[in-house]
Amino acid sequence: MSDLTRLSLTRLRDGLKKREFSSREVTTAYLDAIKAANSALNAYIEVTGEIALKMAAASDEKLAAGTGGPLEGVPLGIKDLFATKGVHTQAGSHILDGFLPGYESTVTANLWRDGAVMLGKLNMDEFAMGSSNETSFYGPVVNPWRASGSNKDLVPGGSSGGSAAAVAAWLCAGATATDTGGSIRQPAAFTATVGVKPTYGRCSRWGIVAFASSLDQAGPITRTVTDAALMLNSMAGFDPNDSTSTEIEVPDFAAAVDRGVRGLRIGVPKEYRLDGMPEEIEALWQEGLSWLKAEGAELHDISLPHTKYALPAYYIIAPAEASSNLARYDGVKYGLRVPGADITELYEKTRAKGFGHEVQRRVMIGTYVLSAGYYDAYYKRAQRIRTLIKRDFETVFADGIDAIVTPATPSAAFGIGEKDMAADPVKMYLNDIFTVTVNMAGLPGIAVPAGRDGAGLPLGLQIIGKPFDEETLFAVARVIERSQAMEFEPEKWWQS
Amino acid sequence: MSVDADTVRRIARLARIHLDEGDVDGLAVELNTILGFVEQLNEVDVTGVAPMTSVTPMVLRQRPDEVTAGGHAQAISANAPISEDNFFMVPKVVE
Repeated sequence: MSDLTRLSLTRLRDGLKKREFSSREVTTAYLDAIKAANSALNAYIEVTGEIALKMAAASDEKLAAGTGGPLEGVPLGIKDLFATKGVHTQAGSHILDGFLPGYESTVTANLWRDGAVMLGKLNMDEFAMGSSNETSFYGPVVNPWRASGSNKDLVPGGSSGGSAAAVAAWLCAGATATDTGGSIRQPAAFTATVGVKPTYGRCSRWGIVAFASSLDQAGPITRTVTDAALMLNSMAGFDPNDSTSTEIEVPDFAAAVDRGVRGLRIGVPKEYRLDGMPEEIEALWQEGLSWLKAEGAELHDISLPHTKYALPAYYIIAPAEASSNLARYDGVKYGLRVPGADITELYEKTRAKGFGHEVQRRVMIGTYVLSAGYYDAYYKRAQRIRTLIKRDFETVFADGIDAIVTPATPSAAFGIGEKDMAADPVKMYLNDIFTVTVNMAGLPGIAVPAGRDGAGLPLGLQIIGKPFDEETLFAVARVIERSQAMEFEPEKWWQS
Repeated sequence: MSVDADTVRRIARLARIHLDEGDVDGLAVELNTILGFVEQLNEVDVTGVAPMTSVTPMVLRQRPDEVTAGGHAQAISANAPISEDNFFMVPKVVE
């Protein structure tokens, strides 16, 4: 039999339904692939082989009885940020050492309800704070992609670096991920995978370790646009346990994938043309737009004047929310505890040892911008600017624009341990310059592979949509996906 | 605005993160880099602009004031590093 791990999620699902192969066979193939690859890639921090085989057996019974769910028997990887009952859930952090949730996140529960199989927990930047997966307590994830003729290790992007690497290296059929400022779309762009950040409120945040609650959204990373639509269909839905979950019908996303772009009005924002942006990114953008035009979309130059302020405003709002959300990690209720002479010392020593450097830095920035005397100058001003950023988008959508197309990232994947990124935190933050506006405005965004740079590394385009109009994103992304006649398969150098 | 060593120590104290004295100056540089980056927000005229409170136009749902969960003391304390009879144990806080 051909390698089952190479099949798309959609093809896998159909083959399982027709009983061409069993979930046990597929699951075993994935577990073997993980065993052979993980020491090189470090994508999984916990492999749940026993659980996977048990879930696969249950799926095979349902498939035999013809009662399988929409994802019956399909093996998935789960980002370590999602609470999985009785299974490793540490948000890539030391401070949650040994934590085993007594409950299941709504998103993963939805996936299991629909028949999916859990392969394990995926590596990530600590508390989802990072753009390279280098802040994980479990060490960096290595991108399956390398520049042609080079054996230098590259980052897979972050924070969902384990999710993106595992999908790109055929170590799961699809993966859950989360996106606070670009953490789904940037790693998807770095690994030639498809990443969807749904509209804020589309997926429940219940049971997902909180980073910045007004920005966090869960979404899928997959190998094709249709795969992403299928997976989001299962992940999404109203949940009374999340007070910001929106009570709105979940459409059949997969049905929207092939509806084309004829007559769609595509906005091209001039503010996304940055000084010093590589020529290749500009060329990729123009090419993507030409594909859409060739299929009947109308292109319109638009302006989103507050774009440049989104990233600095984000670096006030996200750390502020994080400093509040992460207050709960104190060595008392769960995880790591470092003894102290009194309770304050217990807190301080536990948090110093348990949080990595980037997390400490962000908690401190957040604490500072919320502290007495600085709240108005920093936090309140950033929230006013957030209003303006959202208004920019509302204005162009009100003018008749259906979707906006931009580059996903300002560069291709970079090296692990790159010195100028390590020396200057802002350099690393600039990775999210094209993606962060979407979180600030609560909009849906998708990253889709669209080309390769001169070194053969993948590059992605981003499509931004109206609130709760993920369907148009899937339709536009699909046209880009089938217009680029390019193989997006990394060389399999990691197999031991 | 920029932070000095004393401010770094004060923020760390507020954030309940122990700082080694040797890390203070380095952290001050890093925090100032970030604060320098966000400084550009002062260019924007925000007169009359309301701060965002919710990214989606929604009214928070209300539910009947009923007890819907509880009695999970054991499950809640199950992950505590130190607990006794489902109580979290901490150093003495009241003399």
